[in-house]
Amino acid sequence: MMTRTFPAPTAIFRHAALLVTAALILAPFVWMVSLSIKPPGEIFRASFSFWPEQFYGIENYTKAITKVPVLRYMLNGVIVCASILALQIAVCAPAAYALAKLEFAGRDLFFALVLIALLLPQEVLALPLFILGYKIGILNSYAALIFPYVVSPFGIFLFRQFFKTIPDDVVHAARLDGYSELGIVWKIMIPMALPAIVAFGIFSVVSHWNSLFWPLIAVQDQNLMPAPLGLMSFRSEEAGSDYGPLMAAATLVLAPLIMVFMVAQKWMVEGLAAGAVK
Amino acid sequence: MSLPNSKREARRRGASPASANGRSTRLSDMIAAWTLAGPALFLLIVLFFLPVLAVFVIALTDWQFGASTLSFVGLANFEEVFADRGFRASLFNTLAYVAIVVPGTIVLGLAVALLIESGKSFRAFYRAIHFLPYMATLTAMAIAWEALLHPTIGLVNQTLAGLGLPTANWLRDESTVLPVLAAIGIWQNLGFAMVLFLAGLKSIPQDLYHAAEVDGADLWLDRLRTVTLPMLGPVFMFVLIVVALKAFETFDTVQVLTQGGPGHASEMLLFTLYRESFQYLRTGYGASVAVVFLIIVVALTLIQARVMDKKVHYQ
Repeated sequence: MMTRTFPAPTAIFRHAALLVTAALILAPFVWMVSLSIKPPGEIFRASFSFWPEQFYGIENYTKAITKVPVLRYMLNGVIVCASILALQIAVCAPAAYALAKLEFAGRDLFFALVLIALLLPQEVLALPLFILGYKIGILNSYAALIFPYVVSPFGIFLFRQFFKTIPDDVVHAARLDGYSELGIVWKIMIPMALPAIVAFGIFSVVSHWNSLFWPLIAVQDQNLMPAPLGLMSFRSEEAGSDYGPLMAAATLVLAPLIMVFMVAQKWMVEGLAAGAVK
Repeated sequence: MSLPNSKREARRRGASPASANGRSTRLSDMIAAWTLAGPALFLLIVLFFLPVLAVFVIALTDWQFGASTLSFVGLANFEEVFADRGFRASLFNTLAYVAIVVPGTIVLGLAVALLIESGKSFRAFYRAIHFLPYMATLTAMAIAWEALLHPTIGLVNQTLAGLGLPTANWLRDESTVLPVLAAIGIWQNLGFAMVLFLAGLKSIPQDLYHAAEVDGADLWLDRLRTVTLPMLGPVFMFVLIVVALKAFETFDTVQVLTQGGPGHASEMLLFTLYRESFQYLRTGYGASVAVVFLIIVVALTLIQARVMDKKVHYQ
């Protein structure tokens, strides 16, 4: 919106520059997919071409699935992300409702604690959480991957902001209709705040699907590893000798995210911008 | 995110008397409220506040994970940490990495945002592509970058060799490893900066551009200097802090690609924290590193809160 009309050279320059940066941005993705469908011979001959002379995708992807349990890693990721999100909503939504719509002693202190918890990076807490997990004997299990995240200060904060925009009359009317407070949270507030819930859901799932630090600490068992940790252990085993299947595995791990992104990108990007610039 | 603003709001609302409710209803209201908020409060205490206290306590002891005894050693761990050449390298590398990633991300993110905003066609397409790395699994992308940077069969060296330029063993050479990791950091974060700058650009009133034109700012560059950049000030500060926080928290690329090597050339704070705490099981030392890391992160966040607070005032 800098200028209203463009002389043709400006428009051409704009597209040329953006295509160059887009190509640089996409290079690792494209190269990854390209290597995932090439036979070892072609990978080590190091050609520039994206498409292989001999299509080797089926062999590479089969090997990624059978030789290492990539699908298992992904299933673990799904189980962990879904459990975390469900627990986060179950814990955060009632608390956010109390903060947004109820008057009670200690509310301001509770909200202050939420804001302070927002400041604390998970990595700093990892050591005591590891000791806690060890003491209660849940290390190396799904529970170990899930428990540090069951409450999300960001979730409480975000839901509270959204619940506050819902008129108090709605709450009063629901009480008159005989809803319990918890019933109001589940049947009134959450449906009305669905955009915020979905936005939080996407960011929660994406960040936990991608996370490496805590899983690296919490589990050793191959059968429990979420996708990034599984990929990392696959890579260390291969030590760079079998690129094709490794790239196939990386592509598989990325695929669900890319699909979610393609469906929801406009909306995700705008949500992020609105949240940050406000 | 307008944290300070909402804090103030909460204080104001809390101060108002809770109207003419009877005592018994207020008690039952309170029980209802704490039934809803209680689980979250309990979990915040167990999963956030006790652990952060524990980190500070452990940092003051000589405890090693698994040992049955411990004694308080005061600030000895911190003295050891700061006397350690490995840690000093790690802190220096992290600062150097942040010093490359932050300006790189901001300049490129702003440039891409300005380019996208300067025309109407393919906006969503360009925006989506540039944002993609921000949400991609960094472990998977690190593996892809490793293939690109491979000394013999990688696309980067092939391209350079084809152009007659010198090649390098990017991830195994002390002089290139940190800049290369920083380049990956910029690649990952520039889309995030771009999205925020795009939102900032949209919120600049068109009148200002017309006024600038009337005042003789005919060139695009003049309008950029007199209107666009000053108006982007608050967004600029926000992006700066958030990207700096992200850069300080870099772990995945170091863990997957270099393990801090060669030597200590690419060792960064979170990797040091991880290795000392969980591989070497030097628990007290690891906790001290965590405390140093926490202080840096909290300081940056408080600066951000102050800046956003100021911004709220003049809006």
